[in-house]
Amino acid sequence: MQLYSRRLLTNRIGIALSMIAMAFGLAALLWILWTLFYNGFSALSWDFFTQDTPAPGSEGGGLRNAIVGSLMIIGVTMVVSTPIGILAGIYLAEYGATSRFAATTRFVTDIMLSAPSIVVGLFVYALMVATLGGFSGWAGSVALSLIAIPVVVRTTENMLLLVPTALREAAFAVGAPRWQVSLKVTLRAVKAGVVTGILLAIARVMGETAPLLFTALNNQFFSTDMSQPMGNLPVVIFQFAMSPYDNWVSLAWGGALLIALIVLAINIIARVMFRNKVSV
Amino acid sequence: MSDPQTIAVGEAILSIRDLNFYYGAFRGLTNVSLDIAKSQVTAFIGPSGCGKSTLLRTFNRMYDLYPGQRAEGQINFHGKNLLDKKQDVNLVRAKIGMVFQKPTPFPMTIYENIAFGVRLYEKLNKSEMDDRVEWALRKAAIWEETKNKLQQSGLSLSGGQQQRLCIARTIAVKPEIVLLDEPTSALDPISTAKIEELINELKTEYTIAIVTHNMQQAARISDFTAFMYLGELIEFGNTDKLFVKPSQKQTEDYITGRFG
Repeated sequence: MQLYSRRLLTNRIGIALSMIAMAFGLAALLWILWTLFYNGFSALSWDFFTQDTPAPGSEGGGLRNAIVGSLMIIGVTMVVSTPIGILAGIYLAEYGATSRFAATTRFVTDIMLSAPSIVVGLFVYALMVATLGGFSGWAGSVALSLIAIPVVVRTTENMLLLVPTALREAAFAVGAPRWQVSLKVTLRAVKAGVVTGILLAIARVMGETAPLLFTALNNQFFSTDMSQPMGNLPVVIFQFAMSPYDNWVSLAWGGALLIALIVLAINIIARVMFRNKVSV
Repeated sequence: MSDPQTIAVGEAILSIRDLNFYYGAFRGLTNVSLDIAKSQVTAFIGPSGCGKSTLLRTFNRMYDLYPGQRAEGQINFHGKNLLDKKQDVNLVRAKIGMVFQKPTPFPMTIYENIAFGVRLYEKLNKSEMDDRVEWALRKAAIWEETKNKLQQSGLSLSGGQQQRLCIARTIAVKPEIVLLDEPTSALDPISTAKIEELINELKTEYTIAIVTHNMQQAARISDFTAFMYLGELIEFGNTDKLFVKPSQKQTEDYITGRFG
């Protein structure tokens, strides 16, 4: 009986500790969200979406150029990253398996996943900006692609590895060549999981600042020219938040709230999709 | 002992000679030789791990998917050795189809499940493909249940229906041989009965090789039975004779339930 009551006590302490830890983590998240809403909500107005970033000292203004710039840079990023990431993931899961080349790819991808984003920014700066004569939206997309691709590669690979062997064998058993098995059967079986990976990659690059600081830089005017410096939300937030102008600071909070809401929305969509990640 | 393994089976479609199979260093099959009779049902029985599934998976080179697995010897099919390195394995698999233990519909519509394999080797127009899909589903005795929902996912069917869909998918490609790897072990008795009935009908046009854990099933549906134990073919013969009057002690022990 003594043994039992001691076990009961240990159990209660364990539960209490994990509840405290959970409350701690949740409180931090809620605090951040609350601060963002408190400071940023008032900035979200019609002007916020329709006017461009204001010049120093001028009143009002919005983030139209930064929002459009971010959307374009991330759009190009995903157009590049999605096919590369999915194909590389298929290679790792269906073709490479245990080959040395696949092991190397996997290793490099893991390093890329945890590489500091400022390193990626500096790399693209040295590669494209310094040599090709200037900051540009393209360079920004390249830098973000380097961050997004590994995310897509690993989720695609991990999803494909969840496909039951029996399904793969069944597809081979009707005489299908490997590429057909991969594209038409196994990839289709984990479609939802792969899309989830893409969404998570978007969420990941959404708030990346350092890679864009060295590549797309910023542009206070509205521009859709990807070969020129381009306005984008993270860098604008970075600049405006530390400025002495009240309207700039307010816009920075608004931009931060906007990013947080988009990332939150993407994560919720990804979670809902992930519920039926393997449709077999 | 006289060689119990080779008996005359009439016209053989597959002739297996001195087949050895290795999982890395482990030998999974030892000197297996037998003939698979054309348009007959050949059953493989034996305790778990005896190599019956391994043997079946050499007939369509399924083991090729796994590095470290290899087969040596001969499996002659239309005068060619299937184990030959130069043999196109995809063509082999189109000629020698396989149905697995668990139903494995592809993640697509019922129609596409059938059309997928057909499209690999034949160019059919829409109406020809429609006809082929109907033909295969009828052959597999599942047309009545699916004709109104061909555009639904194959995963929406019940387990027994999924398995018949898999059989339909296999015969849609018009193979010569159909390999069945414990096709009913995941199914209820009614679905099992339907599949057995189906096997009986299919054997007029196809050669069937079936691995089963269920000895009554082997006795019910097969013309020839092979009993395997520890990677060796112990006895092979007419099903009636093997079950009534086995020539080997081990076979008798197994079918009377003394081990396995």
